[in-house]
Amino acid sequence: MATRLEIQKTYKIYIGGQFPRTESGRFYPLKNKKGDIMANICQSSRKDFRNAVVAARGAFGGWSARAGFNRSQILYRIAEMLEGRKEQFISELILQGLTDKAANDEVSLSVDRLVYYAGWCDKYQAVFSSVNPVASSHFNFSVPEPTGVVAIIAPEESSLLGLVTVIAPVIAGGNSCIVLASESKPLCAVTFAEVLNSSDLPGGVVNILTGSSEELHSHFSSHMDVNALSYYRKNKNEIKTIKENASLNVKRIFIYDKLVLASDKAQSPYLIFDNQEIKTTWHPIENIGSAKAGY
Amino acid sequence: MSKKQENKIGLDFKTDWAYAPAPEDTKHITLQKQYDLFIDGKFVKPNSKKYFDTINPATEQKIAEVAEADEKDVDKAVKAARKAFEKWSKISAKERGKYIYRIARLMQERAREFAVIETMNGGKCIRESRDIDVPLAANHFFYNAGWADKLEYAFPNRIPQPLGVAGQIIPWNFPLLMAAWKIAPALAAGNTVVLKPAETTSLTALKLAELIRDSGLPDGVVNIITGAGKTGAAMVNHPDINKIAFTGSTDVGKMIQKSIAGTDKKLTLELGGKAANIIFEDAPIDQAVEGVINGIFFNQGHVCCAGSRLFVQESIADIVIRKLKDRMESLIVGDPMDKNTDIGAINSKEQLLKIQEYIKIGKNEGADFYQSSCTIPSKGYFCRPTLFLNASQSHRIVQEEIFGPVLTIQTFRTIEEVIEKANNIAYGLSAGIWTDKGSKIFNISSKMRAGVVWANTYNKFDPASPFGGYKESGFGREGGLHGLMPYLKF
Repeated sequence: MATRLEIQKTYKIYIGGQFPRTESGRFYPLKNKKGDIMANICQSSRKDFRNAVVAARGAFGGWSARAGFNRSQILYRIAEMLEGRKEQFISELILQGLTDKAANDEVSLSVDRLVYYAGWCDKYQAVFSSVNPVASSHFNFSVPEPTGVVAIIAPEESSLLGLVTVIAPVIAGGNSCIVLASESKPLCAVTFAEVLNSSDLPGGVVNILTGSSEELHSHFSSHMDVNALSYYRKNKNEIKTIKENASLNVKRIFIYDKLVLASDKAQSPYLIFDNQEIKTTWHPIENIGSAKAGY
Repeated sequence: MSKKQENKIGLDFKTDWAYAPAPEDTKHITLQKQYDLFIDGKFVKPNSKKYFDTINPATEQKIAEVAEADEKDVDKAVKAARKAFEKWSKISAKERGKYIYRIARLMQERAREFAVIETMNGGKCIRESRDIDVPLAANHFFYNAGWADKLEYAFPNRIPQPLGVAGQIIPWNFPLLMAAWKIAPALAAGNTVVLKPAETTSLTALKLAELIRDSGLPDGVVNIITGAGKTGAAMVNHPDINKIAFTGSTDVGKMIQKSIAGTDKKLTLELGGKAANIIFEDAPIDQAVEGVINGIFFNQGHVCCAGSRLFVQESIADIVIRKLKDRMESLIVGDPMDKNTDIGAINSKEQLLKIQEYIKIGKNEGADFYQSSCTIPSKGYFCRPTLFLNASQSHRIVQEEIFGPVLTIQTFRTIEEVIEKANNIAYGLSAGIWTDKGSKIFNISSKMRAGVVWANTYNKFDPASPFGGYKESGFGREGGLHGLMPYLKF
C-alpha cells in the first residue's frame, strides 16, 4: 500500500486580517517530546508589532462603533467556528503535550467562554452605566467606552484557553488588540487566527503574533499608540519594565498573574470593564413651569 | 473681514457702568502665623524644622508659614494612617458614614470662612470659592458619606474591600475641593488617608485638618502634611502606602506612574487637559459664547478641563468672535475678594511667568493675539483674558496645556474635520459641544475621546457625576459610583 505523505502546515502570524510570515524572516523550531521538529514558528519582531498596531488602530473605529448586538453575534460566530474545528485543536493540544481528556476539556471550555462573552457584548453597558442625579438642572449620564488599542501578552501555560480568555473580554468591549501568544505552545494561536478569519470579525480587530515576551514586552509597553496592556505572565522584571514604559503615554496596565484559566473566575464582566473608559455627558434641562425637571 | 476690523469690539463699554467696590469681609477669619503638620489627630512640628511662606497672590503679601514635611514626617503620617486603618476598616460601615456626614455638616457651617481663606491663599475670586468650591467640597463629603454602608449595591457579584492607606496629592487650582474629592470617597470605602496639598495653597487643607480634628474622626484616619515636590515624592515612594491618587500635571503624573512601577501600589491619575469646545453653526450663539467664556476664564483658566481650544464652524466665526470680544471686555479682572470680580489672581508668580511665556510662544508661532483692554492691579499676579485667533493644530499653544486665561481659536467646515482635530491631541479629559440638534450632540459626544462631555453647557461639576480622563489625561474616575472603584478591591 502506497503511503501518503502528509501535508504539513506553515504556521504564520495574523496581522490586519492577513497571514504573513514575520517581516524579520526569523523563526524558532517547535519540538515535540521526542525532540522532533513539529513546526517552524515565526519569531515576530518589533516591526511586526508596529504593523499590527497600525492594523489595530485602523480597525478600532469601525469595531467600537458596531452595535453591541452585532459584536455579540460575531463572538458567537467565533464560537461556532471553533466548535466546528474542535478536532484540529484537540490534536494540536495533544501534540503540545496534553492528554486526550485535557485537550477535549480545554477546547470545550474555550468555546463556552466565547459564548459567555458573546452574551455580555450588549449587556455590560447596562451594568456599568449610570444616570447621575446631579443637583443642577442637567441630564447627566455615564457610559463605558472601549479604551482603544490593547496589547496583550497571553499566558504561557495554555495554548488555546489562555488565548481565548484574554482576547474575548477585550473585543467584546469594542477594543482592538495585538496578542503575543504562548511561546512554547503557539500552535493553537495560529489556528485560532484562522477561526477568527472565517468568522465575520473584521481584519485588524485581533492581531496575533508568535515570539518571545522577553524580546517584545518592552516594545509592547513603550508604543505610543497603544492605550492599554494586559499581562498574563509572572516575570517580575518584565512587569516592572512594562509599568515603567507605560508612563510614556499613561497606558492602562493590568497584570493578571493570579488568574486560574480553567476557573469560572477567569471570566467576568469586570474583565471587560478593565478595558473601558467611563464617559460622562451633561446636557441642560430647560426649566418650564414652576416645578423643576430632573432625573 | 480685515484684521483691523476684526479686532474691534462691537459694543461701547465706556459708560458709567463702573461697579462700586464690594469687598468680602475678611475680619471674621482666624489664621495662625504658623502651621504644623496634622498627623495622628494632632498638629505636630515637622522633623525638618523647616517652614515656608504662603502668600496671597493678589497682594504678594505673606499670610502664614507652613511646615515642610520631610521623609521622616511622611513616614510618621503613613504609620499613623496604617495604625488607624486597623480600626477604621473594622468599625461598622454605618458609623463610618456618620463620621463623614459630620465633616460635611461642619464644612457647611464654616463655609464662608473656608471661601475667604481659599480666595486669600489661591487668588480665585470670592464669587467662585463661595458659590462653587466650598459648597461642592461639602457636597462631596455628604454624597460619599451615604455610600459607606451601601458599597455592596454598587458592584454586583463582588465583595468590595478597602485598599488600606491612600496617599493623595492634590493641585493648587481647587485646593479644598480637590481635598474633598480625594478624602471623601477614600474614607467611605474604608481607607485611611495621607493627603498633601499643593505648596502654594495649603491653608484650606490645614483648616480642614482643624475641622476634622474637631469632628471627632478617629486619630490618624486623615493625616494632612504640607510641602512641595520632595514631600510628594516621599509619599509616592513610601513602601507602606497601598494607593496613590494624584491630580496635577501630566508630566508629574508620568513620573509617579514610572516610580511606582516595581510595586503593587494602585494608582489613579487625573492629569492635564486641552479640551475642544466646539460651536456648530446651528448653536444658540449667545449661550455658546457665554459657555466659552466660562469654559476658559473660570478660575483664571486654572482648570484641567478648561475649554482652551475653541473650534468655531466657519460660517459663524465672525459673529462668534465679535461677541466673544464684547463679552471679554465686560469681564472684571482684579481683587479676588471683591464680589464683582470675574477673574482673580493667577495662583503664583511661577504660573504667571509660564502663561506669559506661552503668550510669547503663541505670538512667535504666528497666531493673532488679542487681549481685553481692562486694567489690572499693579501689585499681585494678574493676566488679562487672552485670545489667539487663526491658531493652527500644530501650534504649541494648541497642543500644550497653558493653564491660564488663554483661548486658541480654530475654525472648521465639516463635522469630520472637527472630530479629527478635536481628538488629535495627547490629552482627553473633556470636551464641549454647542448645537441645537440633539442627534448631532449624541454623535459628537460618542466620538470625543474624552471623559467628560458638556453639551450646551460647560464646566459643570457634581459629586454624583464621575470625572476623569482618557489617554494622557489619566485614568480612574472621581465622583459618582464610579469614583468609589479606585478605593476598593474586590
